[in-house]
Order: sequence, then structure tokens, then C-alpha cells
Amino acid sequence: MNVTLKVWRQKNRNDAGRFVTYEVKDISPDASFLEMLDVLNVDLVKKGEEPIAFDHDCREGICGSCGIVINGRAHGPGRGIATCELRMRVFRDGDMIVAEPWRAKAFPVIKDLVVDRTGLDRIMVAGGYISAKTGGVPDANAIPIPKPIAEEAMDAAACIGCGACVAACPNSSAMLFVAAKISHLALLPQGKVEATTRVQRMVEQMDKEGFGNCSNNYACEAECPKEISVLHIARLNREFIKAKVL
Amino acid sequence: MNQLIAFYNSSIGKKITMSLTGLFLCTFLVEHLVGNLILFAGEEAYNSYTEFMVSNPLIRAVEILLFASLLFHPLVGVLLWIANKRARPNKYEVYKLNENAPLASRITMLTGGLIFVFLVVHLRTFFAPLRFGDVHPSAYRLVQEAFSDGLYSAFYIVALIFLGYHLRHGFQAAFQTLGLRSKKYIGLLDAVAFIFWFLIPLGFATLPVYFYFFFNSASTAAKAMGVN
Ligand code: SF4
Ligand code: FES
Repeated sequence: MNVTLKVWRQKNRNDAGRFVTYEVKDISPDASFLEMLDVLNVDLVKKGEEPIAFDHDCREGICGSCGIVINGRAHGPGRGIATCELRMRVFRDGDMIVAEPWRAKAFPVIKDLVVDRTGLDRIMVAGGYISAKTGGVPDANAIPIPKPIAEEAMDAAACIGCGACVAACPNSSAMLFVAAKISHLALLPQGKVEATTRVQRMVEQMDKEGFGNCSNNYACEAECPKEISVLHIARLNREFIKAKVL
Repeated sequence: MNQLIAFYNSSIGKKITMSLTGLFLCTFLVEHLVGNLILFAGEEAYNSYTEFMVSNPLIRAVEILLFASLLFHPLVGVLLWIANKRARPNKYEVYKLNENAPLASRITMLTGGLIFVFLVVHLRTFFAPLRFGDVHPSAYRLVQEAFSDGLYSAFYIVALIFLGYHLRHGFQAAFQTLGLRSKKYIGLLDAVAFIFWFLIPLGFATLPVYFYFFFNSASTAAKAMGVN
């Protein structure tokens, strides 16, 4: 299949950037979006042009590296997928596809489709861990955890830190990401110990990074490749209020 | 105090301000609707109800809280809106929020804005004369006359539709912000939310409809004169 790709090109952080249109020919409908970009890049290199920079690593939806806003949707159309899992068959032959980077003040563009997401890392550094030495792998039943709680913590832990929640949010809020991390730790006995300081520090860092304020649009949940529920945001709010007020 | 300011300054703190003022205004809507429905009980009942509301000192005290909320809720809302615009200085070329977020959640500024305009008009039409003026011949008549104007009634109903949309988003969002939305309570919450975003605006809308279409002013006027 053939598509017209209108893609954001930006040399570096200081460049103003602009859209450039490319014709991409003979793409297999089963190719992933990133593979389509690979094909285009080979062409560009052959022509002596600069290939399009984009983030990727696992290419199977588990690492959180990839992330492009495609036709106005973070990770493209479809639910519960990362950009690397998006197949070209969802488009029609001859389609015009617009590809642009995550756009948020907290995610400055480094080059083309690559943005600086270290803001999320700094939120993690602020408190997204437990400081106790965990030692070796404990016996599975040493600390009994009710199944529903373990499940819920696992659901939250599925967050791959891709930042699609920020990209999709009209306010560029990172609440779903922070909520996933808070929930995952606050639900488990090991994480409960530091829950009070953790939530305060992580929220403080989130605000410092220049992410916007959540207004409960729930676009994050709709675009999250791991379909993290916004109910985790309610838990984050609850944890925050508990820490501040109680 | 510093703790309190720090709390308010955090993103979640501001949201909690929105949520608490919003919910307080929701409780006021219930009271207001009950008051309005007394109109159906007839002229005398309604006039004595307004008398009570104007003269009761407890109501006076709550009124201060009410006006504070009416100012704070939109003020913080606008501040958040500006801050959120700043969080994305470079706009998307294509941005399909409509595929990801319900309509009501995307138009809160619009619905809120119109409700605010409506409130100003509404306070002028009803609250100001009732509270500070001398209503002639009665509070009941004031309402009846206002709603006999088709344009005013239409405006009132449009504002209620906007209120419905505003609450469709706002009511559940308030509980989400307070951390009270969870798997266990989400069903109950949605049911109560339905009362607020649908049934309450509908209840308010019965009044202009009644007075504009079904109220026979001539006969009631005669009755009123007979009573007096
Ligand atoms: S919550 Fe979902 S969208 Fe946000 S960073 Fe984690 S995986 Fe990505
Ligand atoms: S490349 Fe790893 S999630 Fe897409």
C-alpha cells in the first residue's frame, strides 16, 4: 500500500521545526507503523537525506520507548496499543497520515519525533520506589496479599512510562502515570510504609516539571497502551489527601 | 497556614477547591429546586417561603458561603484553564480529543461560562428584588411574570441544558478528585450523578414550561384577589 506521510521534522531543541511530506510506497499492510518509518528512512539515507528520528526499542509494546501522535491520537488509532503495535492495515491505501511528537511543555522535542521524557524519570526519582533492602526473592507465601489487591497492583504496575497519557491529555497532565506508580506501590505491604512521603514528593515533582492539571477528561485512559484505569487517579487523590490532611 | 497554602498550590489542591465548591453549589441546587417546586403549591405557600428565606439568619450565613463558592469556583476554574493552556505551548496539527473524551468533559469552560452569564441575569431578575427590594404584588407574581416572557423562559431552559452538561462532567469529576470514585462505589455514584445532571435541571425546567404554557393568569389573578 501507498501512503502520504506528513511528518514533523525538527533538527534539534532550538530549531522551530516544520512538517515535511513524503510519499511512502509499497508498504505491506502487515508492517508496523515503525517498520513503515524504517522503509522510509532507508530511502532517505539512500538519497543522502537525514533519516527521521523516532524512539523505539522492544517493538512489542513492553518497553515504553516508542510514542508518536498519529492523526491526532497518541499511539495512533485503536485502543490498548503502543505505536510499535500499530499496523499499517488500519489505514487505507492512499491515506494521508500526520505524525507528530508528544507535545507538552514538560516534553521538549529533542529531534523530529523524539521528545525528552526525563521529567517522568525525575518523578520516579522523587519517590517512586521503596527504600528498604528487599534481599533475595522471598518465599511466595511469606507475605499474604489478597488476590484482588495483588491483581490491582499488577494492573497499575503494567504502566510502561511511555507518556501517552500526557500526550493525549488536553492539559498535558501526567496524573495517570503518577497514579499508576502510586497505586502499584501503595496497594502492597512493602510500599505502604513510605506511602505518605512518596505521594507528596511525587506530586510535588510532577507540578515542578510543568505538567498541567488533571481535569478528569479521561483521555489518558483511552490512549494508554496498558489501559490503566483512571480509578487509579482517584486513588492517587485519596492518598494525597490522606497524606496532607490526615 | 503554610501547609494549607502549599496544599492549595499543588495541582491536586486546586482541583479539590473546584470539587468542594462545586459540590457545595450542587447541594444548593437541591434546596433551590425544592423552593421552586413550592410554586406549584400555590401563591400563598410560595410567598411565605420567600419571606422565610429572606428573614432567616441561618440562611443569611449560608448565603455568604454560597456567594464565595459562586465566585471561587469559576475563578479557580479559569486559573487552572490558563495554567493548562501553558502546559502545551505548541499545539498539535491534528488533535482528536473528541475520540477520547466525552463531550461534557470538553466543554466545561463553555457551559460554565454560560451558566455564569445566566446567573448574573438570574440574580438580577429574582434574587435582587426578593432580597433587597419590595416585590409587588408578590414573589409569586414576580416569577410568574418573568416566565410569561417567552424569550426569558427559553433562555432559562437553554441555561439549564448547559447546567446539565456541566454537571454531567462535574459531579462525577468532583468525586474522582476527592478520591471517592472506586470500583465499589462507581455504580452508586453514577446513579446519584444522574439525579444531578438530568433530573434536577429537568425539575427546574418544569417551572418556565408551566408558567408559559399552562398558567392561566386571568383566573388565578381573580382567585388571588378573592383571597386577599
Ligand atoms: S499510564 Fe499508560 S499512557 Fe501513561 S505512561 Fe503509563 S503506560 Fe503510558
Ligand atoms: S518500542 Fe517498546 S513499547 Fe513500543
